[in-house]
Amino acid sequence: MKHMTHTIKHHLTDALLMAYSAGSLPEAFNLTVAAHLSMCDECRARAGAFDTVGGALMEETTEAEMSKGSMAAALARAKATPAEPRVQPARDGVLPAPIQAYVGGDLDAVTWRPVGMGVKQAILPTERGATARLLYIPAGAAVPDHGHRGTELTLVLQGAFTDATDHFGAGDIEVANEELDHTPVADIGADCICLAATDAPLRFRGLMPRLAQPFLRI
Amino acid sequence: MRIRDRKDEAAFAELFDHFAPRIKAFLMRSGGDATIAEECAQDVMATLWQKAHLFDPSRASAATWIFTIARNRRIDALRKARRPEPEDILWGPDQEPDQADVLALQEETDQLAGAIANLPEKQKALIEAAYFGDLSHSEIAEKTGLPLGTIKSRIRLALERLRHAMN
Repeated sequence: MKHMTHTIKHHLTDALLMAYSAGSLPEAFNLTVAAHLSMCDECRARAGAFDTVGGALMEETTEAEMSKGSMAAALARAKATPAEPRVQPARDGVLPAPIQAYVGGDLDAVTWRPVGMGVKQAILPTERGATARLLYIPAGAAVPDHGHRGTELTLVLQGAFTDATDHFGAGDIEVANEELDHTPVADIGADCICLAATDAPLRFRGLMPRLAQPFLRI
Repeated sequence: MRIRDRKDEAAFAELFDHFAPRIKAFLMRSGGDATIAEECAQDVMATLWQKAHLFDPSRASAATWIFTIARNRRIDALRKARRPEPEDILWGPDQEPDQADVLALQEETDQLAGAIANLPEKQKALIEAAYFGDLSHSEIAEKTGLPLGTIKSRIRLALERLRHAMN
């Protein structure tokens, strides 16, 4: 994934970055934030600033005494397991590395399910409480009009979409709260692929999508 | 740095004495009992030894980096959830961050720590509540009142240098 810092217009909020740094976001949101940070050095630097706050708070916390021999035990543990090669380098393809880790590869490894009107989705396996899904919106098509109870994060991975608020291109992230009813429409030029995370079920306006909702897990 | 470059056990012991009791306290305040917190603090220090080669002192101080390892361990231990991380961007084997950048980052880290220590009690309590896991993202105030601009710009610059070195 090539980082594209200079073209990104829509960034994460401070509250989300602080919660990401503190470790209190649900897994689906963590994934979406990690994917955006992979594409956006501006937000990566802001996240680093929030990590610095965490470091400072830990630094000045009261100390809890460690048991005798704990240092030797930790060192033995460190040497017993081989040095961690778990680096997550940038990968070629449309999906940033953190998403590829959930999919098991790039776009060709995604198992899409149709949700109607040409739109397809793939739900990624995360802990309960929030849902992460990849959305495939054909060029020029619209996602059914929907509102939210909680927060919805939508990160554009390929193509672009427009809704009532603005235009969102690759790397842009939209943070929508319950006041926003929106109908994202993909640009004509290319099919749009997004990662969307929600912490409450979406509410569709039309009757049909609402009836279908329990079956589609939208 | 001595651990990163030379696998220096004396340096590890120094870091352990300083950080392990703080990691343990941090984990206990975040809802872990003393036994789990002790176990996890040892794990965090073991991870530090193993991952020392990934540490970039132009983007994070040791305290900041150790905090991120402890936070990830906490999510793993208390929630048993994965904690997705962004793609790694690392210095190549023959490259190093500039020493001046490392010093500047450390200075600004210290200044931020000073600013946090001097926050009004009520505001500081809110930030602590966020970091010790007592607030959800929707409960965290959008205006944190933290002076983060300078350190953010410093990290941003380090990222630019790193990107440039990679190309």
